Parts: sequence; structure tokens; C-alpha cells
Amino acid sequence: MNASVVVFPGSNCDRDVLYALGKIAGIPAVPVWHKDPVLPEDTDLVVLPGGFSYGDYLRCGAMAARSPIIQGVREHARRGGLVLGICNGFQVLTEAGLLPGALLANSNLEFICSPCLLRVERSDTPFTNAYPEGTLVQFPIAHHEGLYFLPERELQKLEDNRQVVFRYAAADGSAGAQHSPNGSLNGIAGIVNSSGNVLGLMPHPERASEKLLGGTDGLGMWYSIKSWLEGGAR
Amino acid sequence: MDYRKAGLRPHEYETIRRELGRDPNETELRIFGVMWSEHCSYKSSRPLLKLFPKEGPSVLKGVGENAGVVDAGGGWGLAFKVESHNHPSAVEPYQGAATGVGGIIRDILAMGARPIASLDGLFFGRPDSAKTRFLSNGIVKGVGGYGNCVGVPTVGGKTLYDERYEDNPLLNAFCIGLVASDSIVSSQTAEPGNLVVLLGSKTGRDGIGGAAFASVELGEDTKASRPQVQIGDPFVEKLLIEACLEALEKGLVTSMQDMGAAGITSSASEIAAKSGVGMILDLDLVPLREENMAAWEIALSESQERMLLIVRPENLDAVLSLGQKWDLDCAVIGKTVEGNRFILRKEGEVFADLPASLIGGGCPEIHWPAERPKDLDQRQSFEFEPSGFPGDLSQPLLRLLASPSLKEKSWITRQYDSMVQVNTVQGPGAPLSLIRIKENGNLVAITMEALPWACSLDPYRGGYETMARSLRPLWVAGARHLGMTNCLNFPSPENPEQFWEFSEAVRGLADCCKDLSCPVVSGNVSLYNESAGRAILPTPLVCSVGILPVSGFPLLPGKWKEGDFLFLAGIENASIPGSHFQAVLQGRLVGRPLPPSPEMETGFMERALQTASRQIADSAVPLLGGGLGIALGKEAIASGVGAQIDLQIPTHPLALFFAEGGARALYAVPEARVPEFIRTWTGFPFRMIGRVGGDCLCLPQSEPIPLQILSNAWKGA
Repeated sequence: MNASVVVFPGSNCDRDVLYALGKIAGIPAVPVWHKDPVLPEDTDLVVLPGGFSYGDYLRCGAMAARSPIIQGVREHARRGGLVLGICNGFQVLTEAGLLPGALLANSNLEFICSPCLLRVERSDTPFTNAYPEGTLVQFPIAHHEGLYFLPERELQKLEDNRQVVFRYAAADGSAGAQHSPNGSLNGIAGIVNSSGNVLGLMPHPERASEKLLGGTDGLGMWYSIKSWLEGGAR
Repeated sequence: MDYRKAGLRPHEYETIRRELGRDPNETELRIFGVMWSEHCSYKSSRPLLKLFPKEGPSVLKGVGENAGVVDAGGGWGLAFKVESHNHPSAVEPYQGAATGVGGIIRDILAMGARPIASLDGLFFGRPDSAKTRFLSNGIVKGVGGYGNCVGVPTVGGKTLYDERYEDNPLLNAFCIGLVASDSIVSSQTAEPGNLVVLLGSKTGRDGIGGAAFASVELGEDTKASRPQVQIGDPFVEKLLIEACLEALEKGLVTSMQDMGAAGITSSASEIAAKSGVGMILDLDLVPLREENMAAWEIALSESQERMLLIVRPENLDAVLSLGQKWDLDCAVIGKTVEGNRFILRKEGEVFADLPASLIGGGCPEIHWPAERPKDLDQRQSFEFEPSGFPGDLSQPLLRLLASPSLKEKSWITRQYDSMVQVNTVQGPGAPLSLIRIKENGNLVAITMEALPWACSLDPYRGGYETMARSLRPLWVAGARHLGMTNCLNFPSPENPEQFWEFSEAVRGLADCCKDLSCPVVSGNVSLYNESAGRAILPTPLVCSVGILPVSGFPLLPGKWKEGDFLFLAGIENASIPGSHFQAVLQGRLVGRPLPPSPEMETGFMERALQTASRQIADSAVPLLGGGLGIALGKEAIASGVGAQIDLQIPTHPLALFFAEGGARALYAVPEARVPEFIRTWTGFPFRMIGRVGGDCLCLPQSEPIPLQILSNAWKGA
């Protein structure tokens, strides 16, 4: 069981993810440089971490989606390997066409850093099998471009395929657009591809992995991945 | 070129001629004009800064480097410094603030430290003016835009509104970094025969003369000085951080300096002077982003995101390939030699040939005359005038909670990434910030404090109280202080009354540091914060840093539990003069803040530390702005539970609840621990003042305030 964390020059959550995987979840993880065209051979999980990949003065993630390592990530995804994009990593996955949709500027046009309640919409993915469906979890968000957008017909298709995995929610368990801190359509915070092995989400599970820092709801994601890779949930 | 045009005074010019034994040429004059500006030379403040105690057992590297370093335990050091970027932020708020953040981060990087947290001090004018909206929005977005991108969390700060900052807003940026104690980088370690390498952005005409611009009052003409404000690129800064840290880790760097004010000239001549070597720089070798730049423009450009590395020849290839890896320009621009000459060449021609030590260290001090303000006696005469405030305390409490300086600041803090690096134990909105050090498990505690209202009434007492108030939150949380850094924001020193205020405030800060054994490890002075005769309030800002050992448990606010007993530790009659109550609700600053009491401070420190380490209390908060009333209000809001306050003492209720200053804290203690709390605090003034419970805050002889009303007032809902 091995994880690779892609380091773009402007990644700034790469070390945080390496720490959460390696030190907290016990999943051996190594950094992989964006200029490398291939992933380490034994990679089971690739994480595209948060940050500003190439400065993101252009569209967020647009340049990263064209970097050499993305070839390796595509290959890995095609073979059914697990790919997790967090925050900027989610933006990169949509830009690379590995996930549908786009992340637009938050509806208030400001950067938002805040804890958020999310409802887990599916517990049958490699990333969320430790959470019972409908569980409320608290992960923080920290982004300027997190408004999930997709044209209406495709959005309906996404919903019909049950590709929405995390939705912004309230403490009473209701979830949806009215709880989006950033204007995301249908309250979408995270989605998977149609085969379920590529997940992108704006909130940061690695920032919700220690009691000392205010919460451990993110641990479920690491444990889900671990048990999936160990074969327990597959 | 006339020396006056370069910004030099007659006796400064004479000093240059005497030291050189000749007339300086134009390039040299321009260099002195910038390097001997107030901003770079500290010529007006150096005599005062000598008052600060700089030594202490915690100090690994003191004043004199880019930032001081204190011992964080387990072989790790903390480098920290606070710096102003006031003038640029007044002219171009977004870029001014952004480059302020970038500049202080490079100061920390220059010590070999990885930046782990930032704080920002913001002082704005009238809260409802269009100008304040424009400036505050721009400055907040600039701080966030830069910090968020480089991946350094912004974990706290200080925001104050007063009309005297209307034309001169202040931005003070603090950064702290972590460095292995045996890997601290120094600017004193260059050797003859090393190569001088410029790493980072290309050099352009941006920010030329910025230091000189920051050394005069802001006039209408200087406000048109946009070209003197630098443009920031946080992405390149991120690359620079990683590249420098990687180079240091591989042992490729002999010495290093960031490039801030006065660019290449300042950073290179400083290394030369401190290391005792000469330096020859070929300006043709500097990667440029503009054509036809003159030698002096290249030498003084303040283009951002550049570092100067001193490298042994055998390490050059490795450094160049690191530059390539991180896609940064990396060029050898000169070499160090025996001797003490600092030589700038371009196309083979020598443009400057100066003794290195004269450039940064040769400017004569200026001893400005100081004069006690003539109206001070009148301003200090005070009799408490409670008229206009009938007995009920809930109205003034709600009005203060809703006042711009005390109300909730989430509109600011939400725009900052406060959590990146996954170490933030206590982020913005608390009396202190707490950052975990993964490497040794300890917690770093950081505060930022400034009390311009108190300083304007009595700068000595105000300065002392500012310093003490920056330390108390550390003690209450259970952290021992390691050191402080300060940013001294004042108007022109050329006005004797203003210089007196400056001197007295520094004396107050220094005395408090001496009394409480808190070394001053770094700092920055920003003078001439005035325009069109309108001066800012005297604003010495202090950031204190402490450490909570791995075994400790921070005692934090916002954790009241039903049934807890509430205790006021400290005196009951603090100071209305200089308080938020007086400044905001009464609208007129008069009187004098409390006189200092070192005995009270140390008595408080010992007991607060014991209370925290023995976990005697559920919740604790030092009394800060707004006094006991605001502390009660915020604790109730954060804890989601009310309290019944019941005490009958002769102190006027308004003074009891809204006076400020002195070593004081509000504790919530579970019933079972009350005897231990009493034992701990015996010998120090303290009093039980009420009990936690219900969904209202009930103050004596006042209408109960429902929590929702309190919270709405504070959040402006």
C-alpha cells in the first residue's frame, strides 16, 4: 500500500497530506515532483494536494493539468488506481478532464477559510466506506475558487449517476445549495468519476485529522482508503 | 547631482566627503540617499533602541540579524520579527500589504527558518468612510492574497479604528519561522573568494527609492508615487522559500540575505560589512526585466522575491541546478574579496567604490530635541464623568461589543488561510495564537498588542502597559515568554513633542521588558506617519512569543461550563482613561492610564502559570480591550451559556466593568477546584464575581441580556 503526493511548484498542502497519510493514517507516502512524467511503480493512491500549483494567475489548475506528471496520473486512473484531488487538486482534476465540471470563483468573490459541515452522500466509494451514508462531517475549506459548476443537463446526469459524494450541509442534516458557503450548485463539495476511483473535493480532510487542531472527522477518509487498499472493502 | 536631491542632510554629506576623502559620484550619492534614509539607517531611533534589553537565556541570535531567534526546545529555534509597510499600503493598499507580508517572510527565511505563521496589525481610519473601506478592503485582500498563496497561515493580529489613521493606515506584518538551532544562517559568515549569487525574480524598476519614500511624510505628490510601491508575486516567493531551504539543507549556502529596502546594495553591503570582506558586483550580470537600466537603478531596485546567496565556488553548480529545478532565475553577480571595498561595476566601468561598513553603518545619529507636549497636563487632568450613562450596564456593553474595533472580525479572518501547514491549535479571534511544532511537540504562543489611546495620554505608561498586555495572554494560557519584537509606528521625529512621545513610549516598553526579563530580539521603526499635518497616534506595536511545553495543556477562553464559578483576578478599579469606553463611547481621551507595577505583573504571572499547568480552570481570558464587561460578553458568546454576575463594591460599576489595564484575568472554575484556585491566588487581589448558567448575561442592576442579543451585537447581525 503506497501513496504518492504530487508536488507542483506552488503546492502548499503537500506536506500536510504527507503528514496525515504517513504519520496519522499509517499509509506510506512519498512526494512526487511535477516534472516527473511517471508515478513510482508501486503507487496505489495519488493525491493532488491543495495550493496554487503554478501560481494560478491563469485559471486555477489549468497549467498543472498540462504538466508532465498528469500523464502518469491519467495512466494510473485509467488502470483503476485511486486518485484524490483536494482543493487545488480538485481544480486540477477538472481542468485535466478527469472529473466533470469546473470550479469558479466563490459567489462572494472572496477567499473563504472556514470550517464546513458536509453530508457524506455515498459510503460505497474507496474514499468514504468508513462513513455511514448521511454522516455529517466537519472539514475546513480554504479557497477562492470553489463554486462547483456544471451545465444543468450534465448536472442532472451527475446526480442521476450518484457521483456527488460530499454536499455542504447544516447541523440538522439538511444539505444542498442553500448551505454552500461558496455558491456551489446543489451544494456540491466533492464528486467522483463514473467509475468511482477518482475523487475531487474542495474541503480539506487533512486539516480535520487531529484532535489538537480541532477535529478528527477527516480520519474516516484515510481509514476508508486504507481498508479499500488492504482489500477489506473491495 | 546635488546631495539634497538625494535626500541627504548637509552634515551627512560632509561625513561622506570626510570618510571618502573625495566627492561621491552620482551613483554613490544615490546609494547614500537611500541607505542613509530614516527607513534604512534608523538614524533618529538608534539612540532610543539602545534602551531595549537584548540578552536572555532564551536568545540564540539577537538583534543585528534579519530576525532574532529564541530557543523553542529540543534543538529548535524560532525566528521572528514584525515590520511595517505603512507608506506603501496607504498609496496602493493591495500591493503595499502583499509585499509587506512577502518582505517579512523573506526576513525569516534569511535566518534559514521555514516560515510557520503570520500575524497582521491593521490600523484604519473612520470605520464608515469610503476611504477606510477602500483601504481596508485592499489591505486585507493583499495580506490574504499573498499569505494564502505562499502557504504561510495567518493566525491572528490586531485591528483598531481611529480617525487619526484616516490618511495614514498602518500595516504591520509579523512572521515567525522554525529553524534547527545548529542551522541558523548568519550574514556574518561570508569569506573572501565566495561567489555572490542572486536567486529569484528578475530585477526591474519597481520600488526604486521606496525606502526614501517611506522616510518622509506622505504628501499629495508622494501619493502619486505608485512606481515606488513594489509589486508582489507570491508564487515566486513560494518557489524561493523552497529553493533556499533546499539549498541550506544541502549545505550549499555560506551566507544569505533577503532583498528588501534598497535591494542589492543593502543586502550585499550588509553581508560584506558584517563578514568583514570586500565585494565586487558586476551589474551587467543581474537578470533584468527592463531595458536600459542605469547602474544605480539596478543597485537600488526593490523588485520583490529575490535573495542574495553567498556560495563557495565548488557549490555553484548545485545551486544553479536548484534554481533550474524551481524555475527561478539564478545568476552569479559578483564575488567576495579580501578587504572592505564595496565595488559596483557595469560594462567594465566602476560606478561605486565605497567602504562597505560606511554604507549601512556610517550614517550619523540624529538626536532630535524632545519636548513634553504643552497641552499634556490639561489632557491628563481627569475626573470620571459617568453622566449620559444611567445605571444599566447592558447598553454600554452592547454598544462596545458592536464597536468596530471590538466586534467580531470574521470579515477579515475568513479571507486568510489560517490552517495551512496543519499546526494551528488556536487561530484568529482569540487573545493569543497557538501553533504546534511537529518537530518537538511544543506549542508556540504568539500575541500582538498595541494601545495607541493609552500611549497618546501617557506614552511611558502606555508603552509599559502595551508590553505587559502582550505577555499576560501567554501566561494565562500557560506559556512562558521567550522574547518580543516590536514595530514602532510614530509620526515625524522632527516635531519635538512627537519625539518626546516616541522616546517615552520606548522607555516604557524597555522598562517593562527589563522588569519582566523579556528580551527584545528584533524590531522595526516606522516614522513620518503623517500627512498634511495630521499625525497618527503614537503606536508602538509589540509581538510576544512564548512556549508551552509538550506536557502542558493550553488554558483557553470560550469554555465556560454550567455551574462554573467566575473569578476576577486582579484589581477592581483599573483605568477609564485610554479605554475603549472612553475613546468610543465618550469620544474624548483624557486622564492617565494606570502606573506600571512590576510586582503585580510577576505575582500575576506566577499564579496564572500555576492555574494553567494544574488545570484548575475550565476557561480563562486576560482582560484586554473593553475590560471585564467585554471579557464576560465574549466568553458568554463563545461558550454559548450565560452567567449571573453579583458583586457589590464601592467602585463605580462603569469603571468596574469597562476600565482597562493592569494584570487581570477572568477565570471560570469548576466547583470542585474552587479551593485550589483560592489557594493559588491568595496573596494577589482576586474576587468571586458570579456563576455560569442560564441563557442570559446578567450584570448587577441591569437588564439581563439574552445570549442571542449579545451575539448579534458582536457579530453585527
